[in-house]
Amino acid sequence: MPTLSADPYLKRSDATGYGEVDRATKERLIGEVFEDPRFPHYLYGCYECGICVAACPSARFYDFSPRRIAQAAARRDVELLYQQLEEDVWECSQCFSCLRCPRGNNPGGIVTIMREVAVREGLASAKEALAGYSRIIYKIMSTGTQVSPDMLQPDAFPDWGPEVKDVSVNLDLWRRMLPPETMHTTTTGWQVADRTLVELYVIWLETGALDMIAQVDKGIHMILAELMEERLEEEGIEL
Amino acid sequence: MTTSAVNVILSRKERFEREPDRRSEDFHHHLFELEAEGELVVQRVAGEVVEVPTKYGIAKRIPKAHLWHHKSCGQCGHIPGYSTSIFWIMRKLGYDYLDPEDQTSCTAWNYYASATSNQAAQAAVAVRNFAAAYETGFFPLIHCGTSYGHYKEVRSELLHDAALRAQVRKVMERLGKQLVLPEEIVHYSEWLYAVRDEIAQRAVRDVCNVAVTVHPACHYYKLVEGDAIYDPDVYHGQRTAAVSGLVQALGADLRSYSTFFDCCGFGFRHILVQRDFTRSFSTLRKIEVMRAEADPDVVLTHDTGCVTALDKSQFAAQAHERNVGVPVMSEAQFAALAMGAHPFKVCQLHWHSTNYRPLLEKMGIDWRAAWAEFEEDAKRLSDGRQQFLTWADVDA
Repeated sequence: MPTLSADPYLKRSDATGYGEVDRATKERLIGEVFEDPRFPHYLYGCYECGICVAACPSARFYDFSPRRIAQAAARRDVELLYQQLEEDVWECSQCFSCLRCPRGNNPGGIVTIMREVAVREGLASAKEALAGYSRIIYKIMSTGTQVSPDMLQPDAFPDWGPEVKDVSVNLDLWRRMLPPETMHTTTTGWQVADRTLVELYVIWLETGALDMIAQVDKGIHMILAELMEERLEEEGIEL
Repeated sequence: MTTSAVNVILSRKERFEREPDRRSEDFHHHLFELEAEGELVVQRVAGEVVEVPTKYGIAKRIPKAHLWHHKSCGQCGHIPGYSTSIFWIMRKLGYDYLDPEDQTSCTAWNYYASATSNQAAQAAVAVRNFAAAYETGFFPLIHCGTSYGHYKEVRSELLHDAALRAQVRKVMERLGKQLVLPEEIVHYSEWLYAVRDEIAQRAVRDVCNVAVTVHPACHYYKLVEGDAIYDPDVYHGQRTAAVSGLVQALGADLRSYSTFFDCCGFGFRHILVQRDFTRSFSTLRKIEVMRAEADPDVVLTHDTGCVTALDKSQFAAQAHERNVGVPVMSEAQFAALAMGAHPFKVCQLHWHSTNYRPLLEKMGIDWRAAWAEFEEDAKRLSDGRQQFLTWADVDA
């Protein structure tokens, strides 16, 4: 006999497809979501009106529903929330169109918290969702700018048209033709001062943001940690 | 004339007044209270100021000059004419600014895409950038819609969470910086709205026959909605007036469409590694609807992500014979073109994907001659006669 949840109105573990994960693990992970200081400001209840779903871009193309996120959180349905933590959260567009909720809910904000838990806990689903994203994480954390001009390569963006190749071929020349001096760069969006980068590294290290990377991509974490520690040592900054 | 139910509804909409029941808080009081208690430092709006109307009627103060340009990853990375046009307009109108090197990204694009950051880190990055602006005396002007929305989220969290303030203050102390928040968080499109009449006065190209649709950025008016600009003279105050207010001032033919409130489909992670979603949404819910209902010559928006998603999604959609083919740019680029900016040296339209040449022709711009001028400059740089193009070169 499958074990029923303590509350008969809540989802059963076999219904969510994660029966092999023990209940205590699920409760611990979902507990982290509930304990986040932002959570009380993101959920006030649910009328089940569906306005958030009507506004949601992801709901049109994926099996995703911001209403289901809000409802599961409002019912404290650990089984369903765990399923959403593993599957649904990475489909959200984080556009916050769902903020038009008449109850004042923020399903997109709940998703943000759930994603942070998924990353911090190193869930396999989070690693899978972020596979192919390492280069972006490395770029933003090491340079302080997210998308560098030299990323615009035709092999990475074949569906963006022939102009991508034109940009790629002429990159150095065309960047030097930009009148703002800070934008003559190709490996960063704009010129970022060395001192500023060091300050950014201190923030990543002090707030534990760098530790989060270790959970989803050990290789990138190792490279970033070495880079940051070396730069901080050069600057004589001890953490 | 009989009064139909539809006419009754439309007449009510013309007298639209927003119900006060969902009014968001006016953060200013809390901000100054915490400043008085020594919890934080507020950078005041100073100099010549324009007061603009916001969603719930709270006036927002926009400084005209002495601005610290908080640049955008996407704009600087792959739509450089976007930020160049903002700088160019500011120079043309005679307002001073600072283009700093001690600014980082807000890092929110990565945060919304990957969640490989946390509340304290995001707040610390925001405050470090605000402190850097404060130290120069220039007031921050945020180029990116996501930076703008995220910074407002961060401001709200910092104002309401003493533990977070303490955590961020500790990090700032390590950097030798104070916990600084600006009196207002100002998006560049709000600055353009504030000076829209000055821009219109300096227009040298007639755009009255140019049909324009506007896509407002989700993170501009949906995230922390209270201090986004709404104007009773633009869409009767029912939609944000950012971008559209400037289009009206320039005298272009502003056209409406039914999916105005829809996202562009950017998706943060999706635009980079799951573009089938972005492409489908941008094409089906935005571009094709605009084409069918408004037939625009151009789509104007005010965020990097939106320009990227809407512009780049149209190329592959052509293979499926979708109803696409509308150029996409920021209202800063459009305004600069109207003011006589060079389409390539300033607006950098060659970095865009969807064909913009018919629009330029409609605006009376000889794009072939302009491209020849650009190539001439390029040759001067490629053969070593000059290393960089300067502001003096682009205005020559």
